Amino acid sequence: MLLKLARQSLWNRRGTALMTLLSLTISLVLLFGIDHLRKEARQSFTSTIAGTDLIVGARSGQLNLLLYSVFRIGNATANVSWATYQRISKHPQISWTIPMSLGDSHRGYRVLGTNSDYFSHYRYANQQALQFSEGQPFNEVYDTVLGAEVATKLGYKLGDQITLAHGVGAVSFSEHKDKPFTVTGILAPTGTPLDQTVHVSLEGIEAIHLDWQQGAPMPGRKISAEQALQQDLTPKAITAFMVGLDSRMATFVVQRQINEFKGEALSAILPGVALAELWQMLSMVENLLLLITLLVLVAGLVGMMTTLLASMKERQREMAILRAVGAHPWYLFVLIQLEVLLLTVMALLAAAVTLVVTLWALQEMLASSYGLFININPFSLQSLYWAGAVLLISALLACIPAFTAYRRALSDGLAIRL
Amino acid sequence: MTGIKPVTDKPKIPAIELKNVLFFYQTAAWQLSLPELTLQQGQHLFIKGASGSGKTTLLNLLAGIITPKQGEIKLGGEVFSSLSPAKRDTVRARNIGVVFQQLNLISYLSVLDNVLLSSHFAGHDKKASEQRARELLDSLGLAGELIEQQAAALSVGQQQRVAIARALLTRPALLIADEPTSALDADNRDSFMQVLLEQANACQTTVIFVSHDAGLRRYFSLQLDMQNLAQGVQPCC
Repeated sequence: MLLKLARQSLWNRRGTALMTLLSLTISLVLLFGIDHLRKEARQSFTSTIAGTDLIVGARSGQLNLLLYSVFRIGNATANVSWATYQRISKHPQISWTIPMSLGDSHRGYRVLGTNSDYFSHYRYANQQALQFSEGQPFNEVYDTVLGAEVATKLGYKLGDQITLAHGVGAVSFSEHKDKPFTVTGILAPTGTPLDQTVHVSLEGIEAIHLDWQQGAPMPGRKISAEQALQQDLTPKAITAFMVGLDSRMATFVVQRQINEFKGEALSAILPGVALAELWQMLSMVENLLLLITLLVLVAGLVGMMTTLLASMKERQREMAILRAVGAHPWYLFVLIQLEVLLLTVMALLAAAVTLVVTLWALQEMLASSYGLFININPFSLQSLYWAGAVLLISALLACIPAFTAYRRALSDGLAIRL
Repeated sequence: MTGIKPVTDKPKIPAIELKNVLFFYQTAAWQLSLPELTLQQGQHLFIKGASGSGKTTLLNLLAGIITPKQGEIKLGGEVFSSLSPAKRDTVRARNIGVVFQQLNLISYLSVLDNVLLSSHFAGHDKKASEQRARELLDSLGLAGELIEQQAAALSVGQQQRVAIARALLTRPALLIADEPTSALDADNRDSFMQVLLEQANACQTTVIFVSHDAGLRRYFSLQLDMQNLAQGVQPCC
């Protein structure tokens, strides 16, 4: 009967109840949605690179090295010589290396010079290897493999020819027009900066820079694409390289050996540690976002209490009738609490459904146009805690109108003020 | 007391008994003093009083919502006024029915659920109560689909009759009616009075009926004037 009363009373005030439900649902969707996105962002952030034990570059801070080698943000201060790279890659405990040569771009997308080891050893997320949605790795000097976003945004398909530009701006004044590259492969979306990368071979990078010096074309010296192929295209330097070890146990030993390498000033970083440090810097924003969401939720709950409190006046009659038939004042207290509970539970359910449907509807779009892979299921054990906390807060806040009902019941008695 | 014969052979226990009841509010100079009021089972009392004469306070006292500062109220021989608030609520649910001036019903509940409210708080069996509620409503001229409708859909006269059904569902010892006819027209008022007293008699319920309308006095054998409480209960002429 209590439940029936609460239910029918809410239904009787369905106009305001619906509005309350709506505002509460919106704030809950925000809360759960942002909490979910936060986790997914961290997840996708930390899964940018996996399976790589060390990243080695010219001596610099670990964040700088991480940013330019993994996130394609910023630039290297110095290069690593080819000889040094060759020496280190022969280290007995190193199983594989991926050379990386950065510094060119194609219409704002960074170009990465590398070799075929990249396609066989690079891992992201849960040790996932790179997949081709079309084509295959580059074979020839003037072949290129595009990241998923580059291909979709610029509308490239296999066989298209692209020219690379010197420097990393979206608009470049010096292009390597004489040596176009042919698209031989397009990678499947990964949700990492890889999607925004144009991959070419180290030899390709070397070839387009043969007739360049100090970052500018050498006047009076032109080497055609065909002529370049005849020359020695072994690179003189690379920007950085990734290292996979035979045994994880050796990580710190190898790291120290590289850091103390006599021939050249190098830095070896552990990508996981560097990622964690970077995320820590970003987590303040993340926490601020969560705080705002919590405030929105509190606003929603306070709104619910305001409506309830306002309705208490018009419900005096109802309360007096219940008192007359023998309801204890506590019964009225519980009745109001139950109404709040019903509203909150309904809002929680509505928010859950809305969120799942929204994620489901947006998933395709997010994956294809932003390379964001978001789990449809936004709920974890922590969501249950959230839901519990929301119920608790609303129950606490509901004490205000509920206590009003209780007190009025005692003071007004059977008198019905019309 | 008039010569109403006892309904049982057992020694007579008054349905309700007030002794030296005194009540006042801390903030007001006014006070309510009632030296004696005793009603036997099945007796009907008419209390005449204009608004502001303290009848709401008297009704609250009788219903156990408030307790007297002095004196005591007995219900069925048991002291009622010194029980804990929760116990008084239970006693009220089981032994007292209340009919208000108007708007007696919770508008969003069905007619039947409104009637069943009293049995819910009295803790009576649901099935049996529903059976009795249907019979009661039927005898009050409310039957068929009407009882499944929302209370708000009924006319004022019908609503007041539903209120009677609710007040009498638990066969209470006492029925308190607070100006229940003031919102009714003359025809409705007479039929209301008839069914009220008829049903109360059927349950052997003592009725305390408050009104400023002296014309209703003719339905009652006993009367009490709010203006002159010291006189106590008088027979109606």
